[in-house]
Amino acid sequence: MKHTQGLCSTTISDLGVRLGNSEILKGVDLDVHCGEITAVVGTNGAGKSTLLKAILGEIPHTGSIAFADADSQRLGMPTVGYVPQKLDFDYGSPTSVLDLFAAVRSNIPVWLRHSQRTRQETREGLVRVHAEHLMNRRLGSLSGGELQRVLLALALTPVPDLLLLDEPVSGMDRNGLRLFYETVSELKEDFDLSIILVSHDLDLVAHHADRVAFVNGQTIELCGTPADVFTDPRVVDTFALGLFTHLRADAGGIN
Amino acid sequence: MKNALLGVLLVTPLFGLLGTMVVNNRMAFFSDALGHSALTGIAIGVIVGMGNPQWSMLVFSVLLALGITAVKNANAASTDTIIGVFSSTAVALGIAILSMRGGFNKYAVYLIGDLLSISATDLILLAVVLVVVLALWVTVFNRLLVVSLNRPLASSRGINVLLYEYLFAVLMAVVVTISIRWVGILVISSLLVLPAAAARNVAGNMRQYHVYSVAIAIVSGLSGLIISYYWGTATGATIILVTALFFFGTLGLRRRLAR
Repeated sequence: MKHTQGLCSTTISDLGVRLGNSEILKGVDLDVHCGEITAVVGTNGAGKSTLLKAILGEIPHTGSIAFADADSQRLGMPTVGYVPQKLDFDYGSPTSVLDLFAAVRSNIPVWLRHSQRTRQETREGLVRVHAEHLMNRRLGSLSGGELQRVLLALALTPVPDLLLLDEPVSGMDRNGLRLFYETVSELKEDFDLSIILVSHDLDLVAHHADRVAFVNGQTIELCGTPADVFTDPRVVDTFALGLFTHLRADAGGIN
Repeated sequence: MKNALLGVLLVTPLFGLLGTMVVNNRMAFFSDALGHSALTGIAIGVIVGMGNPQWSMLVFSVLLALGITAVKNANAASTDTIIGVFSSTAVALGIAILSMRGGFNKYAVYLIGDLLSISATDLILLAVVLVVVLALWVTVFNRLLVVSLNRPLASSRGINVLLYEYLFAVLMAVVVTISIRWVGILVISSLLVLPAAAARNVAGNMRQYHVYSVAIAIVSGLSGLIISYYWGTATGATIILVTALFFFGTLGLRRRLAR
């Protein structure tokens, strides 16, 4: 079901986060359109994780976050699906993929049994990310790419208004990354999702994001297409992107 | 002996169950600290003039658990260090007070445990705690699991991470305190950790994890009790040795079952 572009979106207005005496973020405005991947880039400590935490409701913030559907009906806070960074997972835990889904979706204790409904829902969720064969596998036995797809499926169960991808590239091989982004693009189309992607991998962002928001100076300094943002002098300067152009020029223009 | 048998049948599944989350949450050292703090709880009870130090032990243990958890959340220092500081201070205080009274020897029984002298009242108390833990395991286990896997994920799913962290810490304090007289301070954290650690080597999902952990705990408990009865060794320690055998046995199986 496609919404007319521009009408369905999550709008963040004048968002600010204060921790003690310091202002971590202020005056953050961002429009995340449905069916688009909006990447959030910035150096370490710029405030990207803080922004995510504010959207997730983990930390208090000023300003507003509102979801509007295709008919421009403002529906209040969006439901958020969060795909966490893989780094802090307890990989040694004898938890199967099904256990993980059941733990968040069902009240039946996972050490006891799983209901048919939970199994079915998990299977459907995993099918969407081409991971149905992983249902009974231990989390620790999955490759980086497989775990990322499982976490993605979990964040989409049930399908949220807004999907947050937190550094999904860390610890993944090139092939896993490619498959992951293909999956995200498919889901973006199928469910008309608004997606916020936080990543340090600028190359990947440049290839897959529809829009890029550059966090700097406690706010979003710039937002636009990858072409606009990655050629802006402020961004080029911050990430030393000019250095690479220089190297490419040295190599005789060979890419 | 009959009472000791019942005691084992109550304590081992309790520890087998609780141990699954103790190991998942890497709280072996924490449980050790709770066990050691029993001495301080007793010391406080003695100073205050209590006949049965059970209550002072319980209160002190719960306060210690809450204190460590609070400092851990507020501080950037490593959990290992924080527990070490709290634990060593508490233990030293307890030993100092108890030895001052001149007769530390009568408290030595808490160090190695005395399961063979468990009474019917004590059994009832253990049974109540087991029922409470079972009830919690049915109602809040799922949330405890998600918190142990990944805190931001748990938070994003509307789970109050801090609440469950404190809840689990207090639960551990209660279980450790209730059982310390029978199992002994020196081995109590092993009893919590070993069955679950052994189960973790071979379990492929949460159900297997629990079944194996409880089964290993019960079997080790019964064998340990019987062996200790005939050899005259401390029951708690003997149980641990049997459990350790299970652990090393399953460790060998782990490679083959890694899937």
